[in-house]
Amino acid sequence: MLLITCPHCGPRAELEFSYGGEAHIARPVDPAGLDDDSWAAFLYERSNPRGVHAERWRHLHGCGRFFNVLRDTVSDTIVASYPAGQPRPVPSPDGKGTTR
Amino acid sequence: MSGRFRTPSGGRVDRDKPVRFSFDGESYQGVAGDTLASALLANGVHLVGRSFKYHRPRGIVTAGSDEPNALVGVGADDARYTPNMRATQIEIHEGLVAESQNRWPSLGFDVGAINEVFAPFLGAGFYYKTFMWPPAAWKKIYEPLIRRAAGLGRAPAKPDTDRYTQVYAHCDVLVIGAGPAGLAAALAASATGARVFLCDEQAEMGGSLLSEKTAMIDGLSAGDWTARALAGLAARANVMLMPRTTAFGWYPHNFLGLCQRVTDHLATADPKLPRERLWQVRAREVVLATGALERPLVFPDNDRPGIMMAEAARIYANRFAVVPGGTAVIFTACDSAYRAALDLKAAGVAIAAIADLRAAPGGVWVDRARAAGMEVRAATVVTGTSGRLRIDSVSLGKLGTDGRVGSSDTIACDLLLMSGGFTPSVHLFSQSRGKLVYDEVLRAFLPGTSVERERSVGACRGISDLETVLNDGTAGGSGAAQAAGFAGAANRAFAVDGDSVGSDGFIGVTPHGGDPSRTRAWIDFQNDVTEKDVTLAIREGFRSIEHVKRYTTTGMATDQGKTSNMNVLGLVSQTLEVPLPRVGLTTFRSPYTPTTFGIFAGQSRGDLFDPLRRTPVHEWAAAQGAVFEDVGLWRRAHYFPKPGEDMHAAVVRECRATRQAVGIFDATTLGKVEVVGRDAAELMNRVYTNAWTGLEPGRLRYGVMLREDGFVMDDGVVGRMAPDRFHITTTTGGASRVLAMMEDYIQTEWPDLDVWLTSTTEEWAVISVQGPLSRKVLKPLVEGIDLSREAMPHMSVREGRICGVPTRLFRVSFTGELGFEVNVPAGYGRAVWEAIFAAGQAYGITPYGTETMHVLRAEKGFIIVGQETDGTVTPHDCGLGWAIGKAKKDFVGKRSLARPAMMASDRKQLVGLLTVDPKAVLEVGAQVVADPNQPIPMTMLGHVTSSYWSATLDRSIALALVRGGRARIGTRLSVPMPDGPIAVEAVEPIFYDPKGARLDV
Repeated sequence: MLLITCPHCGPRAELEFSYGGEAHIARPVDPAGLDDDSWAAFLYERSNPRGVHAERWRHLHGCGRFFNVLRDTVSDTIVASYPAGQPRPVPSPDGKGTTR
Repeated sequence: MSGRFRTPSGGRVDRDKPVRFSFDGESYQGVAGDTLASALLANGVHLVGRSFKYHRPRGIVTAGSDEPNALVGVGADDARYTPNMRATQIEIHEGLVAESQNRWPSLGFDVGAINEVFAPFLGAGFYYKTFMWPPAAWKKIYEPLIRRAAGLGRAPAKPDTDRYTQVYAHCDVLVIGAGPAGLAAALAASATGARVFLCDEQAEMGGSLLSEKTAMIDGLSAGDWTARALAGLAARANVMLMPRTTAFGWYPHNFLGLCQRVTDHLATADPKLPRERLWQVRAREVVLATGALERPLVFPDNDRPGIMMAEAARIYANRFAVVPGGTAVIFTACDSAYRAALDLKAAGVAIAAIADLRAAPGGVWVDRARAAGMEVRAATVVTGTSGRLRIDSVSLGKLGTDGRVGSSDTIACDLLLMSGGFTPSVHLFSQSRGKLVYDEVLRAFLPGTSVERERSVGACRGISDLETVLNDGTAGGSGAAQAAGFAGAANRAFAVDGDSVGSDGFIGVTPHGGDPSRTRAWIDFQNDVTEKDVTLAIREGFRSIEHVKRYTTTGMATDQGKTSNMNVLGLVSQTLEVPLPRVGLTTFRSPYTPTTFGIFAGQSRGDLFDPLRRTPVHEWAAAQGAVFEDVGLWRRAHYFPKPGEDMHAAVVRECRATRQAVGIFDATTLGKVEVVGRDAAELMNRVYTNAWTGLEPGRLRYGVMLREDGFVMDDGVVGRMAPDRFHITTTTGGASRVLAMMEDYIQTEWPDLDVWLTSTTEEWAVISVQGPLSRKVLKPLVEGIDLSREAMPHMSVREGRICGVPTRLFRVSFTGELGFEVNVPAGYGRAVWEAIFAAGQAYGITPYGTETMHVLRAEKGFIIVGQETDGTVTPHDCGLGWAIGKAKKDFVGKRSLARPAMMASDRKQLVGLLTVDPKAVLEVGAQVVADPNQPIPMTMLGHVTSSYWSATLDRSIALALVRGGRARIGTRLSVPMPDGPIAVEAVEPIFYDPKGARLDV
């Protein structure tokens, strides 16, 4: 069970959270202006990286807030967690933290 | 006396406390401190089981959790029966009942041993090769046969009556293993004030120190030092000692699963205690002190009862005061077996010979053995053994410098001890995803790069010298405490007076000079895998160690290859002539040893399995004799049978009453969300297909919600209570999904919107009063609301009071009749329900359940999300195109509806189906085809989504999703069933009052 740091409440066990898929995929401002391929890409295409992944979590059984986490999909190391709406932090070279 | 083979003195058992137990119906006596294995050995019982495949007689091989053979079933009755327990781990207690497994009719005479005769046909992969044909025979003949003949214990036939609990715990340093390294680590870590958990799978802590007779630590005997260390730890308030606790699994972020056996060792346990506890521990730092496991040697017929690990025999002699035989031959590749030989001789075992694989064994231990008069034969191997239910002789051969094995001589014995050296226990380290590295000197896989916050100390990282182990443990404990943020860690050095046994050993199959196709050298006792099976697998082209494992089954089952893995790797390496580290390792999986299902279930059994949601009207409905059904976590009244009525009769009566007079229905389970704020209408516009801006306060509207991919997600009636306030209802099952989706959008996509969501599902009881007389029933109970047709039209909402209680009164209908939904605070739900029911008596008010609700809505063609939709249905598909706000520029899902595939004319669309025979009721889920005479496979057009007997129409009705369905209305279709096709006509999906005249009253 992961130990996830909610930016608002602190570190909590994974069972307090629900997963929300890849982060930083903004809903297009004008969906009608997109062609079918671009819209399909927004709907379905995800990066699925081997390594650091930016993903959404919600502290469902806590403060209820959505926030973002950088998690290494190989080691499950959580590199950073930050409130929704903030830009994605840059992982530090050792992969264990971030530089801002 | 506790058995003929008990030594007169020494050991850690209590000879003054006899314990009676039974094994295979026979009564035996052991003493307090015995394991089942040691107590059986004390009674001269070596034969304890039959092997997995060939039903070979098998004996006790080890003294620990790595035991591959001595698996027994424990428990006097089926409600407390546990199969596949290792006799080496079971503490005996008065009245313990154990039985051997995988034998019939008895352990001594087992019919299944006939498999031995067929052994040439039962090699690796025989399942896949032999039982190929005919296909039908697999399920009926082969599988049941194999399942009976092969296998481990039997599953208990009764539900488990024991209780299991679960604990979450946090600590600074978790030390796993309480041998010398673990004790030293715990002492060092706890000295800093860090909160330390020390767990060990055994009943008594101390590990190898418990069987150490000669070495002295800081001037104390190993036993005294251990006792002092444990007393010191117990006295520290920041230490928790957890004996009988197996750390079985490692999960991300230093989260470990520990199974503590609480009562299994007690003859009579406090009934308040659980049988086992699952500890879910989050540790800042972990110290692995898991020790090492002795490796068997692989030689012909190495599996007879009486063949045992040398170190295990030493443990039985020194710790359990048991002599495992009278005359022993020892086969070894390392010094530790000499130490065992000396200790066994001291316990009274005659050592007939020591066969040493090494060309020139030497050093202090070998010299001591020679000085004690033991015959040491260098460069000597075991070429075979004999004895049916117990070994009676060993054949030895000289190993030439060319690798050939010379002539044999045979030595009579009743015990053969083997030692191939030690394999560090890296299971948990590997589970933590740490990377193993192969050490060429030690010829072992050792912990390399860590992923989690842990460190390994002592034998599990290849250190065998006791003094070095203790100091390594200290350094590890101090380091862990420091890493967890505790200052003041001090390293101290222990002084040990004793000799190291070195790290020699052998991996693979020992040279034996036999015909490889005839000899049978067991490499995995538990899974009955021989040298020949592995070489056969390689000959047949299996190269990857993972494939060899699956094809031969080696390394599977309860011991997960603890004794066999390295020798298999060695054999594969020998056969393929590739260096051992390049063969690779199979994955170490949790659990380290088998765990019960009980600890994972914990208290989640029976009534506590799932939370149950009941409405305020539940008890009333139960008193009325309602039959309930589960809808999600809710329990809802399904129908209200009168005496003598079945469901059909009850539903017919409930439907008639509601259509002709008035019915009352508990709709409390509907999800409800209050949407409040200046931008409430804007949010509604964005998440629903409908337009909301123009909806007047006091009006209701049926809303449809899509996912972003354009498919229907939920629906429900929404009331506008004020310009900035909406009262949403959702489906019973969709409430949390809808709330989460709306929260997601306002938190992450549109944080600029001034709007708040509150779940009000539990706040409101909803009493639905439906039928032409519903207004008459409610009118005298309502204050401040004019219920008349003119003042309160269909799809409106009014606030006022009913029975003196504040209400949001909806005029809404899911039946097609004049109807109202009375929302009152949940605490008043039962009282208002009863008041309405009493007032309705004059009009024949009839309570109805979910089944009648379904029939009435289907007669009107109202869909149920999740029944007429399945996540691939657009609003157009299910006839809800009218609910899309055409003028809206955007809403969730709108863009997806414009994709070509979503507008194709051959999409599955909602239609009604009327059977040509009005009495025939279709089955929900049945397929719909155009031509029932088409050869199989037919072209399937869709399926029946809802189907009922309609009392109102005196015929059956059905809804279906059918490819290009709108264009097929008016045509004949067919529903093929096992008894023949049922002819149907596709019709508009509305069967009753299509103009809605009954609503406008």
